[in-house]
Amino acid sequence: MPRTNTVMIKGTKEGLSLILSDACSFEEVLEELDAKLALAEKFKDENHRIKVRIHTGNRLLTDEQIARVEEIVMKERNLLIETIEANVLSKEEADRLIKETRVHMVNRIIRSGQVLKVQGDLLLVGDVNPGGMVVATGNIFIMGKLKGIAHAGYPNNRKAVIVCGKMIPEQLRIADLLSRTPDEDEVTRQETECAYINQDNEIIIDRLPVLRTIRPELNRYIEGGE
Amino acid sequence: MGEAIVITSGKGGVGKTTTTANIGTALALQGKRVCLVDTDIGLRNLDVILGLENRIIYDLVDVAHGRCKLHQAFVRDKRFDDLLYLLPAAQSSDKTAVNADQMKTIVNDLKKEFDYVLIDCPAGIEQGFQNAIAGADQAIVVTTPEHSAVRDADRIIGLLEKETMEPPRLIINRIKTKMVKEGDMLDVNDVTNILAIELLGIVADDDEVLKASYHGEPVVLNPHTVAGIAYRNIARRILGESVPLQQLDVESKGLFKRIKKFFGARV
Ligand SMILES: Nc1ncnc2c1ncn2[C@@H]1O[C@H](COP(=O)(O)OP(=O)(O)OP(=O)(O)O)[C@@H](O)[C@H]1O
Ligand SMILES: [Mg+2]
Repeated sequence: MPRTNTVMIKGTKEGLSLILSDACSFEEVLEELDAKLALAEKFKDENHRIKVRIHTGNRLLTDEQIARVEEIVMKERNLLIETIEANVLSKEEADRLIKETRVHMVNRIIRSGQVLKVQGDLLLVGDVNPGGMVVATGNIFIMGKLKGIAHAGYPNNRKAVIVCGKMIPEQLRIADLLSRTPDEDEVTRQETECAYINQDNEIIIDRLPVLRTIRPELNRYIEGGE
Repeated sequence: MGEAIVITSGKGGVGKTTTTANIGTALALQGKRVCLVDTDIGLRNLDVILGLENRIIYDLVDVAHGRCKLHQAFVRDKRFDDLLYLLPAAQSSDKTAVNADQMKTIVNDLKKEFDYVLIDCPAGIEQGFQNAIAGADQAIVVTTPEHSAVRDADRIIGLLEKETMEPPRLIINRIKTKMVKEGDMLDVNDVTNILAIELLGIVADDDEVLKASYHGEPVVLNPHTVAGIAYRNIARRILGESVPLQQLDVESKGLFKRIKKFFGARV
């Protein structure tokens, strides 16, 4: 069998890395993959599963193609596919990513009965009035007063936070959790606060500086400014 | 071409009809030609407050359906010669008897003849509300200083802001000086902080309003009443004058300016 570079197998500390060429037809890749894995007999005897990372270069696999790769890699072998990655993204995926990492700036009051929903983070320059609601798949930052409902990390991102100039909400929601202001909330808060989910899976309201420690990933400042 | 202003509130019973009658009367006192339109079909009472109830022959629904000419349905207020008219609502039909397009046509026709067309809106956010705002160029939102009324006003403002008309203005009605002082009622600042729209006026809770409507004479006709003065001031603001807010002796808390001044220096 000729030695080509259509499929390259590398052993790494974590397991195996398969690099599938994007410079030939997919059928050729499959054929070669099967042949090369067959040669590497030892995968059969291992008694624990070896993790495999597959890289497809500039080729984006369809669901159907992924299924065929899986079939070949897993058949009678002690291999477990961990990831399949490519250098490229589908347009859909790219759009989704752009949307989800975007900060939407909105300059208005969210009034009773109104619901504002965004994909990504929300920066609201204004209040959320009682009976109003803001929802974001990411974080929510409110420059005014939150007197209605804020739902960050919708539907299931428990890392999301809510930061607000004045927190007097009817409800806070993060991901799938919900909390309501206690009936006797006597704390009159004057400063900006943040809400997040702590280790005990409760939504808590805390002082703003705490955020830097518990959510360092919120720093998206790019070095190089003044 | 006149201007059409809808008077609305969301919550019922906060004083829309009283406000419509009194502002309309005050504008007539200033020499403007005014037509008041009652769109609260089935529950009309603007005619009662004006003391015109037994002079109604045709109504808004008759006009909308071409059963009479616009002029035939007018009820003239004799106290004002040729300045103040009422287009009454039907008492027997329901709110679906008129649609938004018909309302728009009627209001547009009225604007050709009058300086101001004031539209009294029914409570709620359904068909009646949609009809009332259909032909309006401006909106006045009336609220009382209660949480429930303010919340409904907020909802209404949200809906009005979607319409192509000027930003709505606010009237806070039935302020009780004593209760505000004792901290048992929202004060003017509390309400404007939430609603964040231009304040057109404040009106005290005044028994004279009830007395006046008992006699079928809007309170604004009596310049010696607190509410009467308030409505006159509001009318002058609508005409573009700048009139200071009436001192209701309630501003004991929160009068200080929240705006801080910073002394700037160039970097
Ligand atoms: N400033 C005031 N002081 C005292 N009483 C008032 C005042 N304003 C309104 N009222 C009274 O409140 C009651 C309700 O007023 P009005 O009928 O104008 O409300 P509305 O908003 O038109 O009600 P609806 O929603 O039923 O149409 C009336 O009895 C009226 O006399
Ligand atoms: Mg009314």
